[in-house]
Amino acid sequence: MSRRDLVAGATAAAALTTLPAGVRAGTAATDKPVMATVNLTVNGQRRELELDTRTSLLDAAREHLHLTGSKKGCDHGQCGACTMIVDGRRINACLTLAVMHQGAEITTIEGLGQPENLHPMQAAFIKHDGYQCGYCTPGQICSGVAVLAEIKAGIPSHVTADLNAAVTASEAEIRERMSGNICRCGAYSNIVEAMTEVAGRQS
Amino acid sequence: MRSFTYERPSTPAEAAASVARNPEAKFIAGGTNLLDLMKLQIETPSHLVDVNGLSLDRIEPTPEGGLRIGALVRNTDLAADPRVRTDYGVLSRALLAGASGQLRNKATTAGNLLQRTRCPYFYDTAQPCNKRQPGSGCSALDGVSRQLAVIGASEACIATHPGDMAVAMRVLDATVETVDAKGTERKIPVAEFHRLPGDRPEVDTHLKPGELITAVTLPAPKAGTHIYRKVRDRASYAYALVSVAAILAKDGTGHVAFGGVAPRPWRVEAAEADLRKGAKAVTDRVFAGAKPTEHNAYKLKLAERTLTAALNQARA
Repeated sequence: MSRRDLVAGATAAAALTTLPAGVRAGTAATDKPVMATVNLTVNGQRRELELDTRTSLLDAAREHLHLTGSKKGCDHGQCGACTMIVDGRRINACLTLAVMHQGAEITTIEGLGQPENLHPMQAAFIKHDGYQCGYCTPGQICSGVAVLAEIKAGIPSHVTADLNAAVTASEAEIRERMSGNICRCGAYSNIVEAMTEVAGRQS
Repeated sequence: MRSFTYERPSTPAEAAASVARNPEAKFIAGGTNLLDLMKLQIETPSHLVDVNGLSLDRIEPTPEGGLRIGALVRNTDLAADPRVRTDYGVLSRALLAGASGQLRNKATTAGNLLQRTRCPYFYDTAQPCNKRQPGSGCSALDGVSRQLAVIGASEACIATHPGDMAVAMRVLDATVETVDAKGTERKIPVAEFHRLPGDRPEVDTHLKPGELITAVTLPAPKAGTHIYRKVRDRASYAYALVSVAAILAKDGTGHVAFGGVAPRPWRVEAAEADLRKGAKAVTDRVFAGAKPTEHNAYKLKLAERTLTAALNQARA
């Protein structure tokens, strides 16, 4: 199934959750919750949720699916602790609504690896001490995995010298691309080392 | 956050009609700016019209030799498109200088144009702000205005357009394409897309209620070195204090627009005739009539120096 089919399917499914015009006006005055059915594939499992339309993708995962690996830092898209991989791309799960992701494929830190079966990026973070308190780490790791995929796909960055040349996983590239993930403990240099090792293994 | 009903229409005109008939409705695409503002109750729509299913996500060549960029093309995809990288480098560079990787993956072309100011007083709901609450006053005029506009502002508002992408689109002479509730299409030059605040700073653009952006078109590529230089408080993931979008030939002629200085991308075409005389000759004309505050007067010198750097880069 292509991405377009998924979106088209989601449109049809979501149309059912649309309320008639009269209900809309009433809702505005009373500010009662509006509920919607949301279907997501999270870490390979189909999940159906009945959610307030206000529910962010992050809250859907943490509060409704009890996948608490993804963290809520700022809740405004500034810190990156909530980073998830949605349809193959890293996004801030706090700045998107669950209801906007009908049919989407979502990978959280729990889906990347488990203690007995670590993702190479998780193992590299442990080896290189890429964290201290650990709060930003799930977001860092999800972002890190997606960053290496973006480099592999040839997506340029602000520090890419030649827009038309191949992109490499240099330290400067990693640092620039990870700027949306803040670490207050300052584990940045170890995170770069962990990512560099995984990038080297991939190439 | 205020509660809202949610809808996914199937055509652009249907989406436009839905927003046009409900003054409390808003379009949502990437949502990275709107949801942030909704959490702070700066935006309080009671109905969201999700336009993500409208198939406005393609980049296509135009018969005139340019590119038509669908409204829903994500910032990452636009920056990485091979045609944009090769022929419209200033646009790739501007996009890549903005936000973070996560945000660029979600943010759309139309949403980027429509993003609201990051003036700290607009965000602080405990303070008066004419843009957020018309008639309440402007806290920035006598407040901390280091980031704010030096030109094009008014006594009612000195907020800046915070984006990078629009500055590149301004120097590229892009055109915004829209559709309204009746299905009528309209083309708005990007130069005339954002409003100056005057006495109605709450209105950011010349779009009519419910008018939906469907695409942005770029004319045929402009020859020259494409440069986007952004000066900010940290090296990544920060708004511009001053930015320069330039397309410059080796002989020093070209085109230039400035970001971070005004309520919209700031370009004075007539001043481009002076590019061969050096940066100061240009910025003296571009910023003629500027009214900086004591906190942001530095931007005038910074704009001149950033243009100097761009001119040097083009000659190198």
